[in-house]
Amino acid sequence: MQASNPFSGAGTLETRVRRIGEGFFEVDAGGLHSRELNGILRRLDRGGIHKVRLVNVEGQRYIGTGLRNIKDIEVHGTPGNDLGAFMKGPRITVYGNAQDGCGNTMNGGEIVIHGSAGDILGYAMRGGKIMVRGDIGYRGGIHMKEYRSLRPIIVVGGSIGDFLGEYMAGGMIAILGLNLDEGGIHEARYVGTGMHGGVIYIHGGVKHKGREVVELELDAEDRAILRELIVEFSNHFKFDPQVILNREYHKLLPLSRRPYGQLYAY
Amino acid sequence: MKSFMLPEFSVQRDYERCISCQVCVNQCTYDVHYYDEEDDQVKSREENCVGCLRCATLCPTKALKIIPNPASFRENDHWTRESIQAVKMQAESGGVILTGMGCDKPQYTYWDRIVLNASQVTNPSIDPLREPMEIRTFLGKKPKELSILAGSGYYSLRTELSPQLRLETPIMFTAISYGAVSFNVHESLARAAMDSGTYFNTGEGGLDKRLYRYGRHAIVQVASGRFGVDPDYLEVGAAVEIKIGQGAKPGIGGHLPGEKVSRDISRTRMIPQGTDALSPAPQHDIYSIEDLSQLIHAIKEATGYAKPVSVKIAAVHNSAAIASGMVRAGADIIALDGIRGSTGAAPKIIRDNVGIPIELALASVDRRLREEGIRNEASVVVAGGIRNSADVVKAIALGADAVYIGTAALIAIGCTVCQKCYTGKCPWGIATTDPWISKRVNPAIASKRLSNLLRAWSLEIKEMMGGMGVNSIESLRGNREMLRGVGLTDRELEILGIRHAGE
Repeated sequence: MQASNPFSGAGTLETRVRRIGEGFFEVDAGGLHSRELNGILRRLDRGGIHKVRLVNVEGQRYIGTGLRNIKDIEVHGTPGNDLGAFMKGPRITVYGNAQDGCGNTMNGGEIVIHGSAGDILGYAMRGGKIMVRGDIGYRGGIHMKEYRSLRPIIVVGGSIGDFLGEYMAGGMIAILGLNLDEGGIHEARYVGTGMHGGVIYIHGGVKHKGREVVELELDAEDRAILRELIVEFSNHFKFDPQVILNREYHKLLPLSRRPYGQLYAY
Repeated sequence: MKSFMLPEFSVQRDYERCISCQVCVNQCTYDVHYYDEEDDQVKSREENCVGCLRCATLCPTKALKIIPNPASFRENDHWTRESIQAVKMQAESGGVILTGMGCDKPQYTYWDRIVLNASQVTNPSIDPLREPMEIRTFLGKKPKELSILAGSGYYSLRTELSPQLRLETPIMFTAISYGAVSFNVHESLARAAMDSGTYFNTGEGGLDKRLYRYGRHAIVQVASGRFGVDPDYLEVGAAVEIKIGQGAKPGIGGHLPGEKVSRDISRTRMIPQGTDALSPAPQHDIYSIEDLSQLIHAIKEATGYAKPVSVKIAAVHNSAAIASGMVRAGADIIALDGIRGSTGAAPKIIRDNVGIPIELALASVDRRLREEGIRNEASVVVAGGIRNSADVVKAIALGADAVYIGTAALIAIGCTVCQKCYTGKCPWGIATTDPWISKRVNPAIASKRLSNLLRAWSLEIKEMMGGMGVNSIESLRGNREMLRGVGLTDRELEILGIRHAGE
């Protein structure tokens, strides 16, 4: 819940913001309320700043929301829920873990997380890219959708929770399962339930998948796409891409674009 | 399987009047009328008729009468024609019965059992034709108190005011999505909202870019499917509404079938052409009041705290407690949609049985917020079956700040409440995305009809207020002294917070 007076803290630009270089500022987020921190970010955004480093981040929400100009945000510490919600532009790099609702209804830009992320990662995401080095929680990528040139992408290095890709209508999810041993499976149920668009690439089996999806082998096009994602993922997190590429993958595709067409009497 | 259904309507054509002009053939989208060349006659397949009256309205010689089929199922007080037909339909299809529009059952309407007061002898009534009568309404969070800075020779307001919507009349057009209705209908609502100084709600299907110029009169909706929601959409609206529930179908989601997702709809919803647009029942980022608060503030962050955020719920058993939570979560406007709330498509069984009457929900929400001392923190807007200006006045006296109208607006532009919106073949060009049928609504004419309706209701509201001796809508709001119940039980009166007529 929000504090009654969100500007009661000590968050002024002068004491919190330090210039690092040309168009590059550092903000000390320690002890600031979300609204104070985002207020500072909005002022920097209007001032034509292109890069911001946030230090001492302590669970502040909505970082990256409502920004139009800033291109690059480094987050040191632990950002709060709804990181990059409704975001259109910037790249956010998190040196730590992200919480729930990361990339909520995100339209563009990039979120790179050098840790794990919580539930509903990329809910209703329509564009941009989220890369997570570790694991993600329940309902990752649910309701993702694509439209023309907008094609959202989620790449997860580790494992997943239940309901991955539920109601997914477009875009791509790649689950690399780097934490799994040979023949290991993801402890996830109802994967792809209600899915009616897009594709999920995955290493390792899942405990249970939705009846709306079918499991298939990768074709040449899939391999090319996955290779590109894995190379990018490896560059971010300093892995050897070849090792990851050599592992086995399959894909989950929806059986129908209209899973619930036959329920009604007219 | 042989169908045991009987036609719902009987099409009666007066051949002495019929000139075989085939207007009915061209207008019917359900293939009822056809021209028989051999007999040189226009004939009808009445089993297809939905009773929309398009043909009867447009027939130049008034040769057609569409009447409920007098030879339909033999009904009794318990087994009505409707219930017999429903069983047969389900036995033949195995499917959920869909319907359109709001609940049509008689038992839920309280408006008709509430009457208004008027001044006699002991206090003067006011004549709105010659005296100022204020119905302008502001929606949004109001401050608890005002702090005023008095300087030498000037005063200024110290209290920071929250963003407000300014309505010239306390009536807005409710959420109707592009997809459920045609582009021309959306444009008609937008134009009428602008012309009348009020707002239209985009519904959850996004706002076509061609209508962005009406953005200052748009409440843009964000629902579980997040269709068409991007930063530009949030930016263009005057307010943002989070849709949790809908009165016609509380607790369930919505499906816009793939065949309705045309090129234009696909562009506005930002999904590929031909895919089902599925809005699941829950928003998976909202499982609690705290989560709702999070989404409200995500939207406020995305829009720089510059516009009010509304939260819409269906009226259900514990609406009052939920509303209190919504206010505490930071909602600036609470929209309540009652059991009569309308829809483009809902399972009939849900529409007719789930939810509570808006009159009771409104009264209990208003009372609860007052008791908790937070009524000023949010405006209350009610929707669901508002049919005329008296319903509006009664709603405001029960505590609403404004109302949403949907069905009344659609009736104004042609709808005859045939309840077949879900077929997508609306012969009035309203509940369809077919470009050919959509042309039947001309936004220039339809927006004029809508503006006329708002003007007429506004005049009537002023007349009723004048009669009560009230010259400002503020004095009517929550003023239950102006209401009396007729034929209501003590319990009903208690919940409504009104006395019985004669008391």
